Amino acid sequence: METDVIEIKYALDTFYFLVCGALVMWMAAGFTMLESGLVRAKNTTEILTKNVALYAVSCVMYLLMGYTIMYGGSDGGILPDSWFGNSIANATAEEVLAGAAADAGDYTYYSGASDFFFQVVFVATAMSIVSGAVAERMKLWSFLAFAVVMTGVIYPLQGMWKWGGGFLDAAGFLDFAGSGVVHMTGAAAALAAVILLGARKGKYRADGSVNAIPGANMPMAALGMFILWVGWFGFNGGSELKVSDIGEANAVADIFVNTNAAACGGLIAALITARFMFGKADLTMAINGALAGLVAITAEPLTPGPMLSTLIGIIGGTLVVFSVVTFDKLKIDDPVGAISVHGVVGIWGLLAVCLSNPDASLSAQLMGIGVIFAWVFGASLLVWFILKAAVGIRVSEEDEYEGVDISECGMEAYPEFVSGTK
Amino acid sequence: MKMITAVIKPFKLDDVREALADIGVQGLTVTEVKGFGRQKGHTELYRGAEYVVDFLPKVKAEVAVTDEMVDGTVEAIVNAAQTGKIGDGKIFISELNEIIRIRTGETGDDAV
Repeated sequence: METDVIEIKYALDTFYFLVCGALVMWMAAGFTMLESGLVRAKNTTEILTKNVALYAVSCVMYLLMGYTIMYGGSDGGILPDSWFGNSIANATAEEVLAGAAADAGDYTYYSGASDFFFQVVFVATAMSIVSGAVAERMKLWSFLAFAVVMTGVIYPLQGMWKWGGGFLDAAGFLDFAGSGVVHMTGAAAALAAVILLGARKGKYRADGSVNAIPGANMPMAALGMFILWVGWFGFNGGSELKVSDIGEANAVADIFVNTNAAACGGLIAALITARFMFGKADLTMAINGALAGLVAITAEPLTPGPMLSTLIGIIGGTLVVFSVVTFDKLKIDDPVGAISVHGVVGIWGLLAVCLSNPDASLSAQLMGIGVIFAWVFGASLLVWFILKAAVGIRVSEEDEYEGVDISECGMEAYPEFVSGTK
Repeated sequence: MKMITAVIKPFKLDDVREALADIGVQGLTVTEVKGFGRQKGHTELYRGAEYVVDFLPKVKAEVAVTDEMVDGTVEAIVNAAQTGKIGDGKIFISELNEIIRIRTGETGDDAV
């Protein structure tokens, strides 16, 4: 290939990677809006604070150590070669051109810094998943302390096992864009937290039956869903890592189509399932359904066609409704349905890889699911337990009643409306 | 003079206002309130679980009238606000000691 062509391809692939990363970064806004819509008005400022803070904490921790753990190399595939330091490295033009001359099929085709940027926003996504599940009752600073460990160590280590060329990758475990590495990981940490945290006050009546606690702002929740949906094109589309030839461009386009199809299938399935189960069209379930479709297709958005992708989404969207109701009955109180959307459907997505990818094996998928869940759940449970014993993770009953906006942030989201409302 | 206080279904407010205007009532004060009577609350559904709404939104309309107008006013409100279903509301009539029109200082029936 001519030098100019190689340089333009490098620029295009780097540009594509950066734009996709920016789209994934925008998912932080999606989670923030979704969660602020599904909590009560008195807990709005706190959930917003948690979301903006966790994004920044995730990025700093990933820079300090996460990226090095995940992509700094691993001899043996279980522990990283090094735990700290900066592993961001851009190749020079000479190195890229020399690499292309030596092997036209395998050379550095995008900037190292763009790779870091794309990876760092994924960590924030995983951490955002936790914040919704523990909403309305967790102490802000305990949550952020957990975020430090989660994004610095817990997430990067299992990420290395798969995407960093570790032992799960060697075992044939497939997870294209992170149904397991990102979504189930977030859900497993959330599940550990909710078990130690307990349900919101008022969620269960004296006889143990479920009392609904409606979210304050459905427009915000709907907006959050669409922002996440948009961001997901970067999440899955960017995970193809390359767009600069006809084959790759076709693959990226297929991924966009499949990702969108799965979200639509999930939304419709959840809306209809909720209609039959509850007798009403439940918007929050439709939203969860779209996100479930997206999570389900994330493990393999390339090989299924759009029809199979829709079906994978439909199953995800149906699953999520039953899962939300089941977790409610089990007294696992998850205000936004994060554990169902990202955990239960994340597992479904990892299994669904076997439907279309001939390289997938059920045993490797099950091994990946088991290993990632066991590590993230176990490590998270330990960290949450230490935090609970040391500083506590739950606000007082009175603070919870008044709203964590006041107790944690000293500021209400809608102060004009305070007088006369409960 | 009497103060007539009607608690009605919010969607009937326009009908009540027109009916009162038709019989010559000159003023009406309205408040959005919440409450319950025999209707009690009702249940709503969110993510598959029910929750109880104890207090339902109502409109409280207050109108001051002369003694002669009491029956006509009550009749107008009842006719306009009635749906025949539970939750139509109630009318309370109480004695009114004095009315003063602030602009002119008029009092009693002249100020109604």
